[in-house]
Amino acid sequence: MVIVGMCVIGLFVMLGLTFVYMERKVSAFMQLRSGPNRVGPKGIFQAVADTIKLLLKEGITPQSADKFLFNLAPFIVIIVSMLTLAPIPFAKGLQMYDLNIGVFYISAVSSISVIGVLMAGWASNNKYSLLGAMRSGAQIVSYELSAGLSIVAIVALAGSMSLNDIVESQRTGWWIFKGHIPAIIAFVIFIIAGTAELNRAPFDMAEAESELTAGFHTEYTGMRFAMFFLAEYVNMFIVCAIGATLFLGGWMPFHVGNFEGFNHIMDYIPPVVWFIGKTFFLVFVIMWFRWTFPRMRIDQLLTLEWKYLMPISLVNMILVALIVIMGWHFK
Amino acid sequence: MRYLAMYIGTVLRAINSLLKGMKRTGYYFTHRKTNITQQYPDNRDTLKFGERFRGEVVMTHDENNEHRCTGCTACEIACPNGTIKILYKNVVDTETGKKKKAIDEFVYHLGMCTFCNLCILSCPTDAIIMSHDFEHSTTDRKSLTKILNKPGSKLMKGVE
Repeated sequence: MVIVGMCVIGLFVMLGLTFVYMERKVSAFMQLRSGPNRVGPKGIFQAVADTIKLLLKEGITPQSADKFLFNLAPFIVIIVSMLTLAPIPFAKGLQMYDLNIGVFYISAVSSISVIGVLMAGWASNNKYSLLGAMRSGAQIVSYELSAGLSIVAIVALAGSMSLNDIVESQRTGWWIFKGHIPAIIAFVIFIIAGTAELNRAPFDMAEAESELTAGFHTEYTGMRFAMFFLAEYVNMFIVCAIGATLFLGGWMPFHVGNFEGFNHIMDYIPPVVWFIGKTFFLVFVIMWFRWTFPRMRIDQLLTLEWKYLMPISLVNMILVALIVIMGWHFK
Repeated sequence: MRYLAMYIGTVLRAINSLLKGMKRTGYYFTHRKTNITQQYPDNRDTLKFGERFRGEVVMTHDENNEHRCTGCTACEIACPNGTIKILYKNVVDTETGKKKKAIDEFVYHLGMCTFCNLCILSCPTDAIIMSHDFEHSTTDRKSLTKILNKPGSKLMKGVE
C-alpha cells in the first residue's frame, strides 16, 4: 500500500514536470517561438527549476481568509486527482484497484474536485477568486453531463463498466473504429467536455487571466499554488487516460485486420508504452486546442453545452443503443 | 426540419472553422523553420533585422566624406522632443567666392529620442537614416549626445 502510494506521488511529480515542459515547448512551437532553452540541454530542466522556486517561496495566507478552508482546498483538489487515478489500467494487471464500476467511479469522484475549487474561491475572500470559482462550478457541473453521456455510449458498446473489461472488449479493434460514426461523435464530445472539465483554454473561464487575474487560485502562493497547478496537469493526464482507454483501446496494441506480420510487430511494443503513447497523443491534442482557440464567454460556454453538446450526445446515445441492439458494430 | 438543417449546418461550419485554426497551428508546430525568435546574445554577428528597424539616427557619408545635409532644419522642426539641434558656420564657396551658411555640427541627443522616425520622413534630401545599431547602453550620459556629421565633412555637390 505504501509502495503504491509512493509510486503515485512519484508519477504525479513526473507527470507534472513532463507536462509543464511539454506545454511550454508545444505552445512555443505553435507561436513561432523557441520555448525554454537555457536550463539544461533544450531547457529540459526548466520545469525542475520552476518547482524548486515554488518550493522555496513563502506560503502566504491572507489575513481575512477563512484559514481552515483556505489551507484545506488544495489538498482536496489533489486528493481527488489521486483517487481518480486508482482504477486506470496501465497495462494488463498493472492497475491499482480493479473496480467493476470503474468508469462510473471516475466520473463520480472527479466531480468532487469542483468542491475544492469552490472552497478555494470562497475561502480566499476575494472577488476574483469567488467569481472564478462560481464560473468553474457552473462549467464543471454542466460539462459533466455530456462527458458522462459520451462515456455511456462506450459502456453500452462494451457492455461493462469495468475498465479492464472495456479494454478487453477492444482486443479485435478500438471502439473508435468498431463503433461507426456514433463512437467518433462520442469521442469528439468527450474530448471537448474533458477540456472543459479541466478548466483549460478555450474553456478556462475559471482562470481567465485577462479578467480574473488567476481565478480561484489568485490568493495562493508557493507550494499550495503548485498543488493546484499539479492537480490541473494530473487531471489532464487522467482525462486523456480515460479517453485512451475507452476509445483508443487502452494498452491494447494497434492491430489491422489480418495483417499477421504487422500485428506481430505491434505486439512487441510493451502495453505500457502503448497506453502512455495514446495518452500523450490526447494530451497533445488538448494542448493543441489550448494554443489555437481563443477563450469563450461564459454565455457561449453554456450555449455550447446545453444547446449543442447535450442534445447531440443524447441523439448519439440513441444511435449507439440502436447499434448495440441490432448488433451492427464490428465484433 | 428547416431548423434541424440549420442546426446541423451551424455545427459543421463550426467544426470546419475550428479545424482551419488547428491546421495553421499544426503547420507551425511541424515546420520548425517558421520560428522567428533570434537567440540574441548568441548570434550577435548574424542578427537579422527588419528593413524598417529603428536603431538610431545617423547621417550618411560617402567615400569623399561628403554628406547630404543642407541644414534646412526641417528635422529640427519636426522633432517633437527637441532631440536635434543644428549649429551653423559660415563657409566661403570655392567657385563663386561668396559667403555661405553650412552646418557646423548636427547635434543629436540620443537620450531624448523616441525613435518616432519623423525627422527621417521630413528630410528633403535624405541626409539622415535610421541605422540598425541598437546597443545604446552606456555608463556616461555625455556619450548620448552625438554629433552626426563627421569632422571635416562637407556638403555633397548637387544636393542644394
